[in-house]
Amino acid sequence: MSLYKYSFWEVFKHSFSAEVWDKVMPAIGETMYMVAVSSVFVLIFGILLGLILVMTSKEGLLPCKIVHGVLGAVINCFRSLPQVIIIIVMLPVARALVGKSYGSNACIISLIASCVPLFARLVESSLLEIDKGKIEAAKAMGSGNMRILFTVMVPETLPSLIRAFTNAVVIVISMTALAGSFGAGGIGYVAVTYGYTRYRHDLLFATIIVLIVIVQAVQFVGDTVSKMILKRRHLI
Amino acid sequence: MDEKFIEVSQLYKTFQNKKQKIEVLKGIDLSAEKGEIYGIVGFSGAGKSTLVRCMNRLEEPDSGTVRIGDMEITSLGKAALNEQRRKIGMIFQQFNLFDSMTVSQNIAYPLKLTGVKGKEASDRVDEMLALVGLTEKKKAYPGELSGGQKQRVGIARALANRPDVLLSDEATSALDPQTTLSVLDLLKEINEKLGLTIILITHELEVIKYACHRMAVMEDGRLLEQGLVKDIFMHPQCETARNFISVYNQFRNEERREDME
Repeated sequence: MSLYKYSFWEVFKHSFSAEVWDKVMPAIGETMYMVAVSSVFVLIFGILLGLILVMTSKEGLLPCKIVHGVLGAVINCFRSLPQVIIIIVMLPVARALVGKSYGSNACIISLIASCVPLFARLVESSLLEIDKGKIEAAKAMGSGNMRILFTVMVPETLPSLIRAFTNAVVIVISMTALAGSFGAGGIGYVAVTYGYTRYRHDLLFATIIVLIVIVQAVQFVGDTVSKMILKRRHLI
Repeated sequence: MDEKFIEVSQLYKTFQNKKQKIEVLKGIDLSAEKGEIYGIVGFSGAGKSTLVRCMNRLEEPDSGTVRIGDMEITSLGKAALNEQRRKIGMIFQQFNLFDSMTVSQNIAYPLKLTGVKGKEASDRVDEMLALVGLTEKKKAYPGELSGGQKQRVGIARALANRPDVLLSDEATSALDPQTTLSVLDLLKEINEKLGLTIILITHELEVIKYACHRMAVMEDGRLLEQGLVKDIFMHPQCETARNFISVYNQFRNEERREDME
């Protein structure tokens, strides 16, 4: 149903019809798969790189100009590329890694390339929020650097790290939709092929509703968990 | 037994930023006896905090030595320094408790570093809690505690490994007068009970007068005067000490007058 022929209300109602959802449901599955796998990789590598950034910084526990400088520069390079360009750039890389340059798994490669550097920066700024006095207290007790990192810095900034990860997942979701137009499948693919090229605005509405619901749910879970921890610690 | 339990000699420290060098410590000589509370007073920026932080090398001195017991702190390697830091307790103005841990987990944290485990660890935590009078707050988080209670937890955490020395960096400066007194009473109590040597940094002379055996007056990176608290109060030698004492007396007279009215 197109808005050129039918009223907004008719199109909107039809976006809940079985015919529409037969096409949207499999797409949701694909999107969820891409988001879930990418998020896991983003979480692991983002945390890792974020920790290295903080540790090697000038005021960090293990200052190292070279590592910090090179890593920071590489991250900035990736961060300066718009997502569309990263997707195009990562096509040959995806082909080399997963055998083809289209489909969900290929999309995951570009999602990782784009969102890991982003999340690494978010992790860095979360960890830097820590009160330096707590690190000094741990040092004064004779705690080693790695122990300070994992028993003080990470737990102390956990609520902020969770919020950062929530933001990263939301961005992963939006980028999945974008990658859909490059043959990744999922919600984005449905929105572009039906909603854009075939004027199926009922399908377009359905994808919008799905995306809003998913993002709201992710944000809600992230906020709730983060608040729960803060409440348990009596910090709010 | 060496009388001079803590000995600092010819300690220099310069902070360097892009524009200028700031000499913070200009050849500090200081010695404290075992089991005494040694107070260092000075205005802010005098370098007293840097001095105490050099004693466990949170700050690296440029030159000079710090000796505690028979261990020369300034010549230790990284691993040996960490080992030694476990025997030097420290408390801070902002308490620096870990908000992610309960009171008992905070106190148990240093025990993990020395490998005290299981029942021994939980017994030690209980013992420390009893010492600072917070047994009923065992499962509370620092976020639930008042400033005075937080500092008591800080003290318990600093003492968990039974150190010989406690460094106190403006530990009462963020507390109200009433709470300051109770924390100082606690420090005096553990000093007597455990024979702990305490180095106490403050900008409040009344804290020194109340708690310390001996004191030093510091200004502009130098120790101007050191000796018994009562001697310095009776016969201050340097201008700064006289200033401190006259301000202190003014306050006390003011208080007395208000009391009489």
